[in-house]
Amino acid sequence: MRRIAVQGLRRVLIAPLALLLFVLCAGLVQAAEPEFPPLDGRVTDAAGVLPPEIRERITGKLKAHEDKSGDQLVVATVPSLQGLTVEEYANRLFRAWKLGETKRNNGALLLVAPTNRKVRIEVGYGLEGAITDAVSKAIITTAIIPKFKQGDIPGGIEAGADAILSIMAGDAEQWQRRAPVRSDSVNGIEVVFWIVLILFLIVIVWRMNGGGGPGGRRRGRGGMVVFPMPSSGGWSGGFSGGGGGFSDGGFSGGGGSSGGGGASGDW
Amino acid sequence: MHQGSVFASPPRSTVAARVVGALLAMLFATCLSGCGAINRVPTLEEQAKSSWSQVQNQYQRRADLIPNLVETVKGYAKQEQDTLTKVVEARAKATSVQVDASTVSDPEKFKQFQDSQNQLSGALGRLLATVEAYPDLKSNQNFLALQSQLEGTENRITVARQDYIGAVRAYNTEIRTIPGRWIASFFYPDAKPMETFTATPNSEKPPNVKF
Repeated sequence: MRRIAVQGLRRVLIAPLALLLFVLCAGLVQAAEPEFPPLDGRVTDAAGVLPPEIRERITGKLKAHEDKSGDQLVVATVPSLQGLTVEEYANRLFRAWKLGETKRNNGALLLVAPTNRKVRIEVGYGLEGAITDAVSKAIITTAIIPKFKQGDIPGGIEAGADAILSIMAGDAEQWQRRAPVRSDSVNGIEVVFWIVLILFLIVIVWRMNGGGGPGGRRRGRGGMVVFPMPSSGGWSGGFSGGGGGFSDGGFSGGGGSSGGGGASGDW
Repeated sequence: MHQGSVFASPPRSTVAARVVGALLAMLFATCLSGCGAINRVPTLEEQAKSSWSQVQNQYQRRADLIPNLVETVKGYAKQEQDTLTKVVEARAKATSVQVDASTVSDPEKFKQFQDSQNQLSGALGRLLATVEAYPDLKSNQNFLALQSQLEGTENRITVARQDYIGAVRAYNTEIRTIPGRWIASFFYPDAKPMETFTATPNSEKPPNVKF
């Protein structure tokens, strides 16, 4: 009796335990990828430290600069760094939001984590020449940190944004010298491959229709002609559209990336 | 490919013609749908190579900063001659390792590269720790600028290494699993698995340059 009961209990327990284990594993996997706040504007105040009028004012300045030069500066405050270093968090947030244009990578991010008392300026590949690490560090230590130390978080953020904008504006007229890093070009071999393949197909279709055959065979009855599309097969992969871009209504990143340029500080 | 032989001997009856036609169509269906996979091996290889050149760039950038740093520190901390010499030697050793695109598929060379760079990281970390004892140096503008550049470069190295590890993982997985494995052995016999960074106690963390 007891044995049967134990077996029954075991059977009853195994399935939920397995499920629990699975959920836990899934949870672990999720924990590895931090949750980023959605990009809901040029000033994304997820930590809720900016009064509305200051947020509006900074947004206006950022938008004016972006309309003029195309350089995209975004200010973000986050409630927590979720166990990551500020450098790592900023880089991953930058890449998740895809700040800047794909070709020019001209985005920059001013990240403030008030609870962790950390601040970072993360610079996209294309702006590294303008906003160097030394300049970023200088902005943080001279414009941002002193205000933060006085407890004036909004003031520090605005001063930092102003300083970054002034550096960007000073460099705006020379933006041509920024080489577009990591832009993908069309592969020549790929083009040749497709041309050869299409020619090959044309020859096949022509032969199957009896076009070149030695007399007798009826036209148009040679057999099935199947044109499979590249995406119809099992493993097609590879071609995804370039997402992002600047739509008229909402605000989004343009597909830019960052390689960890910039500087960080704490207070 | 072997369609040539099919062309050379045209089918005798219409039934045979239809069978051959259907077979050819199937072959092309496979071929076309495989195109994404066919291109994936070289695509991933190129991505891994470009990530590798980023890694190289960032290490080179660090090596370029060092002479300036050594000169600046020398002016203030003459007693640290020994530490300075070690940095200069480690830099010379790191830059003497010949690195190119083939390094990534040569375990021996890759290890040499990694070891020399780790050694330089260690020497650099020790130098920056000694700076603590020199307040004049710590407030020197030139040194502060160099320090922030060095911090930034270490961070870029970390990012570039992560990107490289990710790109190599994708590429190695592709050429070691089916169908990528078959495609690689048939179309790209030169495609070899690439080496990746191993975590050593000090290499994952940039040397501590906080003051």
